[in-house]
This record gives sequence, structure tokens and C-alpha cells, in this order.
Amino acid sequence: MSLEKAITVEINGVARELSAPANETLLDCLRRHGQFEVKSGCEKGDCGACAVQIDGEAVDSCLTLAWMVEGKKVTTLEGLNDADSPHPLIAAFLEHGAVQCGYCTPGIMIAAEAMLRDIPDPTDDDIALALSGNLCRCTGYTKIFTAIKQAAEVLRAGGGDD
Amino acid sequence: MTDQEIPYRQAEANVVLRQVGKPLERTDAEGKATGRTRYAGDYTMPGMLHAKVLRSDIASGRLKHLDASKARALPGVVCVLTAQDLPDRLAATDMPGQTGQKRASTDRQILVREIIRHHGEPLALIAAETPAIADKAYDLIEYEIEPMPGVYDTEAALDPGAPIVTEPDNIVGEHKIRKGDTEKGFAEADHIIENTFHTQFIEHAFLEPEVGLAWVDENGVVNIRMSTQVIEHFRFIADALGVPHNKVRILGAMVGGGFGGKEDITVELYLALLAQATRRPVRLAYTREDSFVGHGKRHPFSVSHKTGVTKDGKITALEVKISADSGAYVFLSPYVLLYCAVAAPGPYRIDNVKIDSAAIATNNMYTSAFRGFGAAQACVAYEAQMDEIAKTLGIDRFELRRRNFMRTGDKTATGQTVESAIWADECMTQALEALGEKTAASGPIKIGRGVATYQQSYGRITWFHDTSEAWVGIEVDGTVIVRSGVTDIGAGQASALGQIAAELLGVGLDDVVIYNSDSAVTPLAGTTTATRALYMTGRAVHTASSNLRERLVAFAAQELDARPDEVDLANGQAFVPDDPSKSMSLKDLAARGASEGLERSELAMFRAPFTDPIDQETGQGPVFPDFTYGCHAVEVAVDTETGEVTVLKSVGAHDIGQAINPQAVEGQIEGGALMGQGYALSEELIYQEGKLVSPSFSEYLIPTSMDMPEIKCIILESRSGLGPFGAKGIGEPSLTPVAPAIANAVADAIGTRVFDLPITPEKIVRALRE
Repeated sequence: MSLEKAITVEINGVARELSAPANETLLDCLRRHGQFEVKSGCEKGDCGACAVQIDGEAVDSCLTLAWMVEGKKVTTLEGLNDADSPHPLIAAFLEHGAVQCGYCTPGIMIAAEAMLRDIPDPTDDDIALALSGNLCRCTGYTKIFTAIKQAAEVLRAGGGDD
Repeated sequence: MTDQEIPYRQAEANVVLRQVGKPLERTDAEGKATGRTRYAGDYTMPGMLHAKVLRSDIASGRLKHLDASKARALPGVVCVLTAQDLPDRLAATDMPGQTGQKRASTDRQILVREIIRHHGEPLALIAAETPAIADKAYDLIEYEIEPMPGVYDTEAALDPGAPIVTEPDNIVGEHKIRKGDTEKGFAEADHIIENTFHTQFIEHAFLEPEVGLAWVDENGVVNIRMSTQVIEHFRFIADALGVPHNKVRILGAMVGGGFGGKEDITVELYLALLAQATRRPVRLAYTREDSFVGHGKRHPFSVSHKTGVTKDGKITALEVKISADSGAYVFLSPYVLLYCAVAAPGPYRIDNVKIDSAAIATNNMYTSAFRGFGAAQACVAYEAQMDEIAKTLGIDRFELRRRNFMRTGDKTATGQTVESAIWADECMTQALEALGEKTAASGPIKIGRGVATYQQSYGRITWFHDTSEAWVGIEVDGTVIVRSGVTDIGAGQASALGQIAAELLGVGLDDVVIYNSDSAVTPLAGTTTATRALYMTGRAVHTASSNLRERLVAFAAQELDARPDEVDLANGQAFVPDDPSKSMSLKDLAARGASEGLERSELAMFRAPFTDPIDQETGQGPVFPDFTYGCHAVEVAVDTETGEVTVLKSVGAHDIGQAINPQAVEGQIEGGALMGQGYALSEELIYQEGKLVSPSFSEYLIPTSMDMPEIKCIILESRSGLGPFGAKGIGEPSLTPVAPAIANAVADAIGTRVFDLPITPEKIVRALRE
């Protein structure tokens, strides 16, 4: 059996202790511990469906070993959906119909949120680059771009929780 | 309103719609945007086993022996199934029907018994306590495959002495269409233009790989919760298990993309066999590579057009020869071929038509349903041919189309009168206008424009006798429930039903809850395929809601002391518009009705037009319920030094009859633009001796955020379709014209044509050198 240990990690603002074998990916570990909003699409870092933030930076959780996040902060889409103040990205995606099958949506929101903290007023090129690791087969990206631009505007006007 | 009274032609009517036609937030959107929606892969059960499928990595061979004893001996392995462990039953590869009809002799082996016909054909099924143990067991199964000569292209498959993949002669389907007299038509022509177009194998590339969870319940029913477009495969699964049909239940979940790739049986067969064998819950989740190798692909087609045309641009005759690679098993190839043959003349009036088509078996991966279903490949050919004709004649490409377009009231090449509006011209005009000013070329960067128009069916082949059921009820508090088996594959299939019920019952979409996708407890709605879900199930919901509305209105009339024709339902109220004193809430109405024994629910079935099969020799007769018409227009930049193509503008204009939810319609058009762009420029599954050598997203390139322009959508509404409120269908049609529009734009930019998709930089540079 592979070596297993308990790691402490903050998931969406809550301190957790997760047991994980040495060879387990963060994707598998998060899902095993109930974070089903983190999606498995390719397990090779090609599609971005499993994207999460580690200390604020968007990464593919399928390419990250669970042990690597010990002591760090992991944010999933659930973490952007604070009951009191959901992230403006969520409202914008709903308003513009930027969600179809929804399977890529958690990863895209995670990538977009990370970008918006660096680039509050993104151009189309900024958005395209930020999402270049996130495949979507349903939407053609048009409504996703519109929604992200709207969320950026709301955030610049002081909306949302930060 | 009964089915017969639905106004098919309402273009002039002043219809007031309160819910339908509005870009409402879909009922499934919030769950998905917050990550709360549970997909099939997110369900677990206590005591659940993990499954894995062992597949052949050789496309043509003989399984000399297979020994699973070491795998079975591994602690934690609960079950390994091989062909020897299964009764000699077959798995159906046919379209699920509601009529019980099934094609003869096209089934496939469940696991390889001896002969391997394609790369990825399953050899064994494993169920173990953990995924890691299943992986280990996979490596412990010992087997030997003796390679056999295979056949990997359709021409070679017809050679005398070619290996026979499908008895007797590798031809798995043929269709002919004969109309008028082509000899006479060619004699009247000033020019005869002949070209052959080739399309490639492509992959659906839905983001959610196939996944499911099965268990046998206390009644002995095999339950399967899974990602599928078709819950009604439960019948074929029951046949394969050797149990009655009512002992298998398939429950769907929100599907992470389908596009035809989850139309055939995928994981449910293996799940059912393992659950039956182990009597424990079993989960099977395909990896991305399993998905690439494990499900059918889009057919590569070769389509040859020979067109006779006068110097004024009038098409006088058309001969088309079509061949499709159906791969190693029949699946839906004969139907895909029929779609291609029927679509082959495009949206054009042609008096003299001769079409011959064949689907041919090879040892490549089997090919089956894929958004566009043969009609997409047909469009790649006929729209490129139109541009080639215009070039030969020196006539404007768009004017050539206008001189030949079908107009409302015209017949198709199979002699079917189209009952709805034919607005191909209107769509093209609007799409072209939306392209706006042409971008300036600079240096090696050339700019080109292209359009493609189309005629594409929605609804299944009419001799399938397709039906769909839905149930609509109003609770005692005035809220509404819709129940229907329809699967939601991401296009808002369920939400649209809610919008229709809300419209007719006078409530908001928020007041409706939809239960769908359960073969045991929701009325069976048929498949989410063939651009039929909204058309068919939308009509069933329309009928159920209308009948319920009629009862509620009659009851309200009594309560309000008014005549039924004076009563309207809207905004949660029953009221007499001309008399503000006469109104009551739907809540009070429903509660009063409940206490008086009013029937507050309705089950309705919608039946598509039923016909007999077309004549085998002439192909004459009705084939589909109706057709959608539209156009996609693009502008591209081609770097003539590198061959790189950038799509600068992309516009879809489609007459969809009536948008139930315009935002969802735009979603289809935008998604079709992406998928068609990949089809045109970058996507190709590479098979070498039948073996897939590009089974990942780093080798198989679908368009990304870096590749897509902003897509413009133009929705025309003739209100002339057979769907609810005059709707047509858009799911597949949105994709169909995109690749040929891009191919035409590239040809326009560089002055020469690449006849084989995908139009890669290498092919462009080669074409420019020639």
C-alpha cells in the first residue's frame, strides 16, 4: 500500500485535515473529500475542468499532488459562492447564459477570478490568455467573455466581497 | 388546443407571449454556476466497487487466449468478466425506438470472444474495491492477440479478396435518390463541374467523459445512474442481461456534453453486467483516453459532386456519389448515410438528381452519431461545390445561390413538400450584412469571406414512428411540476419545457420544477438526439399544459361567474381581462379545484408524422418531419507564408421558427460555431492501421479561447415549424454550415481550394505552391 498521511489544508476558508496517499492527485483527494465541484476532464492538464486556486493561483488539480498543498489555501468554485456575497462572476454567468453543460464552468470561474485579481479591466486578449488552459465545447466562449467583462465592471465599481 | 390545431403558420399572427421567447435564466443554470449540480460521476454508494475495461490495442486480430486467474487472485478484486463468463448474447447497436422494431443482424459482441474488429474493442471487465486495485488487476490479465490482416480504407474494403469485416461484402448500407432525368439535365447544361470532397474522423470531445454507477435494488431491478443522451437504452441493456425490460432502470443526471457521442450505449452495459455479477454497486468512469478509444466517431465521407449548370447559373442536373467509413460495427451508419444522401442537394431547387451512397465497413473505429449526422458532411461538399461553380461561371457566389435557392412551398429531392417557411435566402442576406466592412489585407495576410447555407432536418426519420410523452401538474399552492424522460445534455432541454408550461399555465419559470431523465418514473420522452427534444417533448408539454389549462380555465370561469373564453391565466392569476373585479390567484384556484376533485395533472403523448419507408430504388417519399434553414458567414485571415488561418468574424443566421429561449438558441449557434471551426481547421483523429494515435487533447486540438472570434447570432422567427409555438430545431443545424463557410472563406482568401478537411497550415502552404 502506498504511504498515507494526513495533511492540513484550508479549503474555501475552512481548516481541514485530509488523509491522502503519497501518489494521490489533489483532484482525486478533493473529490474523495466531497468537493465534487472540482471536475475531472482529462487528468493530464489539457482541459482545465479541475482547476482550483492554491494560495490564489489557478492550477490544474490533476497535475498537483495532494501532499503539495499542505499548509496552503485551496479555493474551489464553492469558495466563490459565499452565501452572503456570491462572487459577481456567478451572477454574470447566470445573466448572460454563459453556462451550458456546465462541466467546464467551475474551472473557468476559477481561472477568471484569478485573472481579475491581477487585471481588473481585462481586454479580450487578457481573457483569452487567462482561459487558454480551459476547454469549453458548448459555448464558443462568446458569452463567457461577456460575463467576465461584466463581472470585472461590477468588481471595479466596488461590488462583490473584495 | 389539440395537436391538430397548433397554428403551423403564424408569421402574420399577433401572438402575445409572456414566458416563451424571453431570454430567461435557465432552470439548470444556478446549480451549474455555483458548482452544486451533481453529475453522474459525483454519485457514490456505500460498498461501491470500481470498474475498468480492458481493451484491445490492435485493430484486427484473433484473441488466442485470455487468462484472468492472476487478476482474480489479487486481494480486493471482486470480479473479472470475460466473454467466457457471459452467455452468448449480443449488444444492440441500433437506434432505440418506441415501437419495438429493431434491425436484424447488426448487433455486436459484448466482449471479444475470438475476433477483434477494431482498436479498443473490450476484452474484459474488472470490478475491484478501489480504483488502484482495478488498475493492478488490469495489468495482471494475460492475453495474446494474433494480428490479422485488416482493411483501413473504404476503397480497399470493396476490393475482391478484401478482409470481410461485415458480412457479406463490407457494405452496411446503401441509399439511392432518383428524381427527374439527369442525362437530360446534363444535356441542357453549359458547364459540368465535378469535384470530390473529403471529411475526416472527428471526436465529440465533450468535457465530461462517460461515467455511471449501477446497483441492483431490493426488487432485483438493475439501476444505472449515468451520463447519457438516451435513457431508453434500458431495453437493450435488459436484452443483453437476459432480464425483462422492467428490470432495468436508467437514471440520467445533467450531462456534461453529448453531441451524439453519448447516444449509443457506453458504460451502462458494462456497469449492468458487473452489478448483476457482483450484486454490489459498481462505478465506472472512463478516463479521457478511454473516451477517445471507447465511443464511435464522426464518419469520414467522400462526396463527389457532378453538377450541370447553365451559363446563367441555373443548376440543371446533379449527380452525387457518397461513401462513408462505417468502421467495424454497423451502429447508426445506415441512418447517417441516409441523412447525407437526403441533404446532398442542399437548399437548392434541382429538377434532375441522382444520388448513390454506400456506408462501408473497415477495421477503423466504428462511426455513429455526431451532431450533424451525415447532413454536416453533405454541406461541406455542396456548399464548396456552389463556390466552385460560381468561380467557373464568373458569377457572384451569393447571387448563384439566390438563383437556385428553394423557396417556401418547394419540394425536396425526395419529393417531400416542405410545409414550413424556407428562408435560406433571408438568412444568407442577414448573415452577409452582419459581416460588415471587410478587413484590409496586409502583406502576406490575405482576407477571405465565405458563407454556407443549408437545409437540415429536425426530428427523427418519419418511419421510426417517433413519440414523446410528458406530464404536467399543478400543486395545491399553484406551483407547477413537469415530468418527462427527456435527457438534458447542456442545451437547456429541461428548462425549455418549463418555459412552455409556464407560458400556458400563467406562472413564471421560477414557479416550475422539472423532473426528467428517469426511465422508470418519468414518462418516456425518447432520445435527446436528432434535434428532436424541443420539437417532440416541447409539443408533448404543450399539449399536456394546454389540456390542463383548459380545465383550470373552465373551473375558474365557474368560480368567477364568467364564460371560459373570457378567462386568462397569467402572472399567477386567473382573471377576466375586461373586468378587474373578477380574478383569483392560481393558488386559490388550485386549492379550490383540489377540494372539488378537479384533475390537476395531464399526461400527453406527441406523435411525429408517421410515414412508410421511402422507395428503395428511387428514394422518393417523405423522410423527415420538417427542416431548418439558415446560413453561417465568416471572414478569415490567412497567412500565406505559414498557412495559418485566423477566423476574424463568425455569424450564424438561422430561421428557427420560434425561439423558446433566445439566449439558449444563441448558445447553440455559438457552440456550433466553435465545433464547426475545429472541424474545418484543426480537428482530426489519426488512425494508423486502425489504431488511434491521437487519444488526448494535446494531440486532438479543439478550438480554445485563443482561437475563437466573438460570434454573432441572428435569430429569424418564421413561426412556421412543427415544434411548440411554431419552433423548428437548432441543435445540429447550428453546426452544419460552419466548416464549409470557413473552407469557402479560405479558398476566397488564397484563390485555391483545399478539398480535404481539416484545412491545416501544411495543406494551405502545399495548395499555394501548386
